[in-house]
Amino acid sequence: MAENQDSVLAAEYPLLSDQKALSLPKRPFWVITAERAFEWIIRLSGVSAILFVLAIFFFVFKEAIPVLFSENFNIVQFLFSTKWYPTSAVNVRYGTFSLIIGSFSVTILAMLIAVPFGLGAAIYISEFCEKRRKEMLKIIIELLAAIPSVVWGFIGITVMSKLIVNFTGAPAGVNLLNGGLILALMSVPIIVSIGEDALKAVPDSYREAALSMGATKWQMIYRVLLPAAKSGLLAAVLLGIGRAAGETMAVLMATGHSVQIPMSLIDSVRTLTANIAAELGEAPAGSDHYRVLFLTGVLLFCITFAVNLTADLVIRGIRGK
Amino acid sequence: MSALSRNRASLYVRLTAVALLALTAGCRKKNDTESSGVKSAVIQVKGSDTMVNLAQAWAEEYKNIKPSVEIEVSGGGSGVGIAALIKGAISIATASRNMKQSEIELAEKNTGKTPRGYIVGYDALAIYVHRDNPLEEITVEQLAQIFGEDGALKKWSQMGIRIPGARSDKILRISRQSSSGTYEFFREYVLGNRDFELGSLDMNGSKEVAELVGSAKTAIGYSGMGYATSNVKMLKIKSSSGISYLPTIEDTQARNYPLARSLLIYTLGEPDDETKQYIEWIMSEAGQKIVADNGYVPLPSVETD
Repeated sequence: MAENQDSVLAAEYPLLSDQKALSLPKRPFWVITAERAFEWIIRLSGVSAILFVLAIFFFVFKEAIPVLFSENFNIVQFLFSTKWYPTSAVNVRYGTFSLIIGSFSVTILAMLIAVPFGLGAAIYISEFCEKRRKEMLKIIIELLAAIPSVVWGFIGITVMSKLIVNFTGAPAGVNLLNGGLILALMSVPIIVSIGEDALKAVPDSYREAALSMGATKWQMIYRVLLPAAKSGLLAAVLLGIGRAAGETMAVLMATGHSVQIPMSLIDSVRTLTANIAAELGEAPAGSDHYRVLFLTGVLLFCITFAVNLTADLVIRGIRGK
Repeated sequence: MSALSRNRASLYVRLTAVALLALTAGCRKKNDTESSGVKSAVIQVKGSDTMVNLAQAWAEEYKNIKPSVEIEVSGGGSGVGIAALIKGAISIATASRNMKQSEIELAEKNTGKTPRGYIVGYDALAIYVHRDNPLEEITVEQLAQIFGEDGALKKWSQMGIRIPGARSDKILRISRQSSSGTYEFFREYVLGNRDFELGSLDMNGSKEVAELVGSAKTAIGYSGMGYATSNVKMLKIKSSSGISYLPTIEDTQARNYPLARSLLIYTLGEPDDETKQYIEWIMSEAGQKIVADNGYVPLPSVETD
């Protein structure tokens, strides 16, 4: 590194190069070594992210693969049958279609509630709020994001389920609506804090320009701010989706854990994640049931990957314009 | 580093050292009494997952009574325990079912000893509905039609029942997760090992079933008889003799209640002295109290007297 600098110096200032001992005092050896070491540590932590993802992918696949060749297993049944009987005494069937629909329905419902609320709150905090209230709101919302999911699940079982029975007359309070509401509450803080950051990143000169052109505040937000912060807001929504789709404990407690395709908001459902959490502990290691659960893990992996990839492409599309 | 924080650090070091010393001293003392005391016996217990908590509770209580005997408890299922007994690997197998004839023969062939079974308690499955439900009794066939795959009973009106205050007529089935022993008990005794109809709400624990039934008017669920709350009602079950029974302690002990099973332990032939004393203690009043405390039905007291 030091020699590099020397040669650059020599090229730019030919006169100085003769007296380089004077112009560039040597740095102690240990400083240079420490710098090199830190460079390597940082490089390694960058690479380790890739390594971990590959290692997890490899492990989950390795555990799942043998079942593909088992005679009790049929990939079409796995993806499109609603019959999930992993421990049946007479007829073992591994159909995850209801679970896939369960996962999607809870996530979509949660997003229908969380996205308008989250983005609305982000706009309010960033644009309409006075400074002191803004700081207070931000602290409270970050606190909300720190509540553990098992606590949310507990709220779902105890508080939310009673409210749902009272207001909708549902036969049981633990259902799709309960899970969706809990997940929405869990992902709103993420959408708000990232959405607010995205809006804050829009330079004030945009706002000033819009207002000086005679735009109202609403017109400024709708026509200037939102388009300018588009990719950041989309990232906020996608992280919210990620939280909702991957959530396990809260949905395990709040959705009723019932293998069926929901026909209404007050039907109970079971999600892929909750199913793995509930059954993996009791499935004998190496059995077909155990491997099928890993295969549902692979399925989840693929779904998340597809969501992230779409998001990436969409953001690129927006930037490209 | 300031003098204060250095002092504090050395204090921590000293405290840790003291704690470690105390710990090792405690361990040594324990070892001493063990090696100087009478020769300790080890009784290995393995088997039923339903009974694993009960077996653990027995073992812990017995440690207070007879510290020289060490009891190791593990689960795995009734079949696992019996298989280990057949191999002669354990002293006691716990089982929530009787040993099959083929298993008894295999044990005789392997070890030359005939397994001996002792009934140590009973387990009864209660059927719960909401307390507002006018239904009082049910048959095992009706339960199979409600819970079994492709069962015919979907609505309360099919059984002539109208639940006051309920907005829906659909029977809300509350079941257990497929890994639970209660699930298997119900599947074996009510469904005859056929499958459950999917779409039931599968709860994580026995208590959750009773709680959910207590909050949902159209619900029906099964759980241990010890989990009743003030919001639920236990149903009578009609037995093959035509008489209906509630899951009471008396009717479970008399095996009148249809959804009851014996909890058993098996030994290979005549057990050795330590094991025999342990089994006698299990059958005694103290051991049977633990059975009742764990939500199961103890033996009739006439037998223990």
